[in-house]
Amino acid sequence: MSAGLYSSKKQSGDKNLDLKNLRPYGDTMNDGKVQLSFTLPVKDDEQGVEAAKELGKKMGLLEPLVAWHEALDKEFTFYVVYGSVVHGVNYEDIHVDIVDVETMTMEETDAYIKEKIGRPIVIIGASTGTDAHTVGIDAIMNMKGYAGHFGLERYAMIDAYNLGSQVENEEFIRQAVEKKADVLLVSQTVTQKDVHIQNMTQLVELLEAEGLRDKIILIAGGPRVNNELAKELGYDAGFGPGKFADDVATYAVEEFVARGMK
Amino acid sequence: MSKLNLDKAKVEKARELAGRIAKDTQQFVDLHTTVTVERTICRLLGIDGVNDIEVPLPNLVVDQLVENHALGIGAAFYISNAMIQTKKTPQEIAEAISRGELDITKLPLADSFEIQLNLQETVKNMVKRIKENRNQRETFLSRFGDAEGPYLYVIVATGNIYEDIVQARAAAKQGADIIAVIRTTGQSLLDYVPYGPTTEGFGGTMATQENFRLMRSALDEVGEELGRYIRLCNYCSGLCMPEIAAMGAIERLDVMLNDALYGILFRDINMKRTMVDQYFSRMINGFAGVIINTGEDNYLTTADAFEEAHTVLASQFINEQFALMAGLPEEQMGLGHAFEMDPLLENGFVYELAQAQMAREIFPNAPLKYMPPTKFMTGNIFKGHIQDALFNMVTVITGQKLQLLGMMTEAIHTPLMSDRALAIENAEYIYHTMKGLREEIQFKPGGMVEKRAAFVLDEAIKLLEEMEGLGLFKCLELGKFGDVKRPQDGGKGLAGVTVKEKEYFNPFIPYFLEKEVI
Repeated sequence: MSAGLYSSKKQSGDKNLDLKNLRPYGDTMNDGKVQLSFTLPVKDDEQGVEAAKELGKKMGLLEPLVAWHEALDKEFTFYVVYGSVVHGVNYEDIHVDIVDVETMTMEETDAYIKEKIGRPIVIIGASTGTDAHTVGIDAIMNMKGYAGHFGLERYAMIDAYNLGSQVENEEFIRQAVEKKADVLLVSQTVTQKDVHIQNMTQLVELLEAEGLRDKIILIAGGPRVNNELAKELGYDAGFGPGKFADDVATYAVEEFVARGMK
Repeated sequence: MSKLNLDKAKVEKARELAGRIAKDTQQFVDLHTTVTVERTICRLLGIDGVNDIEVPLPNLVVDQLVENHALGIGAAFYISNAMIQTKKTPQEIAEAISRGELDITKLPLADSFEIQLNLQETVKNMVKRIKENRNQRETFLSRFGDAEGPYLYVIVATGNIYEDIVQARAAAKQGADIIAVIRTTGQSLLDYVPYGPTTEGFGGTMATQENFRLMRSALDEVGEELGRYIRLCNYCSGLCMPEIAAMGAIERLDVMLNDALYGILFRDINMKRTMVDQYFSRMINGFAGVIINTGEDNYLTTADAFEEAHTVLASQFINEQFALMAGLPEEQMGLGHAFEMDPLLENGFVYELAQAQMAREIFPNAPLKYMPPTKFMTGNIFKGHIQDALFNMVTVITGQKLQLLGMMTEAIHTPLMSDRALAIENAEYIYHTMKGLREEIQFKPGGMVEKRAAFVLDEAIKLLEEMEGLGLFKCLELGKFGDVKRPQDGGKGLAGVTVKEKEYFNPFIPYFLEKEVI
């Protein structure tokens, strides 16, 4: 056990929370404690440990401590590093673009659709392009839902079609036209070299070319998607991790009404 | 000895039901061939390479048959006849087709007995080559010995075969027994197999024969250094199932994902196409000594692991019967299942234990493939590492064989080198510290574990009974597996299925089923 973990050395500085200079919290206000782990492509020896420490300093860590190092191969070593980050951020200046709705329950959404729209709305979802992973779209759409939030298929006033994985954008649009979709959900889970960005952009371009873009509500979702990115790419909204079917449904139906869609 | 007090008569009954379901489907299989089966025959006859726009020569040969409505007579027939008429080798024939100089369907026809006889030497050479690979694997295993406990199975997925090799070598040194090279997303939907070494891929690396060869030789080298045989795994699924099986047999792969239903359910590949393709691919894998992995674990990523456990068992029974029909022995059946229950489910671990023990007892000779949690992995790597540890415990306590290691960074990215090392460390720690526990454990008669196993078996029998009445194709239409519904004539690849005509022959089948020996 490395003694440094329990260093009793006093950290200088203010012990009061300062939202203009927000720093990580370990066990004392403003101690700046962070943990990180990484691999360096060098052999496991003192020189490597020193290199890991130097790297920590360059990342802004004060007194970085290499708590663990272990060879993964002859020329690869894994490091676990603790330290106090010197940087702070101004929390008050931070503006995040999130989908700002008060989420309704399934029953509330169904009642809302009945009252304000008067017909079931059609939602089509797919994991598009090369993406073979349906875990995201399934969590939102499948009857059972995810983590106690029922999926869109269970909504009485939503006709939900989950097209599954690896649906090409052209096919997606063809299905949307055929099923007279009001809302399109695009899920992107696994991506490499930003292929999801190209794929998402292409869908917007195709919809525009077909003159369909303003006739539908276009929503993106996935672990690397957020509202800001989605809007930048020409989507109406984006939902990242921790969002469920009820969040998506609430946004979709309120947007439908707000736009005066019929 | 059963720890679950399972009703043997019920297990027998389930097996018989599955046997009848498989036999019914096999009648369809026996009457048909597909474009990829015929391309496989081309490859096994020695045809390889691509033309100047990267189209594989086996595709060019088979496309010529399709254009001339000759697919039902088959590639073996026309290539053999062309060999007789032109005195060329199969490779030279394919090259002549590629240059637009030859149409093998327009040549004069030799006597059909002569056509069959003429191929024998070429066929035997390939059969011998595959057999030698099998012998070589056995030689390695007798020199080094084989892992006593579970095979630790990890994936590499960089997209670049040379980078994959770096990662695979490191994983082997850390203790991995099986290296699976994940394929690039979308490859399963290509109706051809790309050629040569590849360095670009999304979420994985192209399965090509050259990539197989490069990785095989790297693993042999590191295995020699470590004094262990490192097994290589790839994906024999999608639209090119048997072709990939053939490539794997030629390059000595050891493990292949090879499910009878997976492509239908999760890649929307036409069911008729898949059933015909899986048959020949399994025959090749069986003969090559390759352990196949089936994909039942995937049902539980779309359907609920607690409620749908019986669909996994029913599918294992069916996969077993299809494999037996293709001559694949039980010792090569890596039937799949998974640890996928919601961590919030009370007693979830107990139910997982019951189901894993049940699979172990029902398929005692099969090297079961056990899959780690994926659906409820969140990005909280600390909790994820514990979920994986629980999975590792069930593996050890119930004697699973192919242990696909869970990564704590599941749901974040394809594994970093360190993720893999930590996963192996986790598995080895648990195996070592719990090694003798399996022998010590008995389950309480009439207790939760016993009841759960009996319940799942009963439900599986109900489903198999229903399936026997409906037939497999109809069941897939109704969405009995993984909650996924597929129309019989929908999906990709149906156009590549055709009825065999009376001249049709596949010269490899008698050898692969060991009805003829060389």
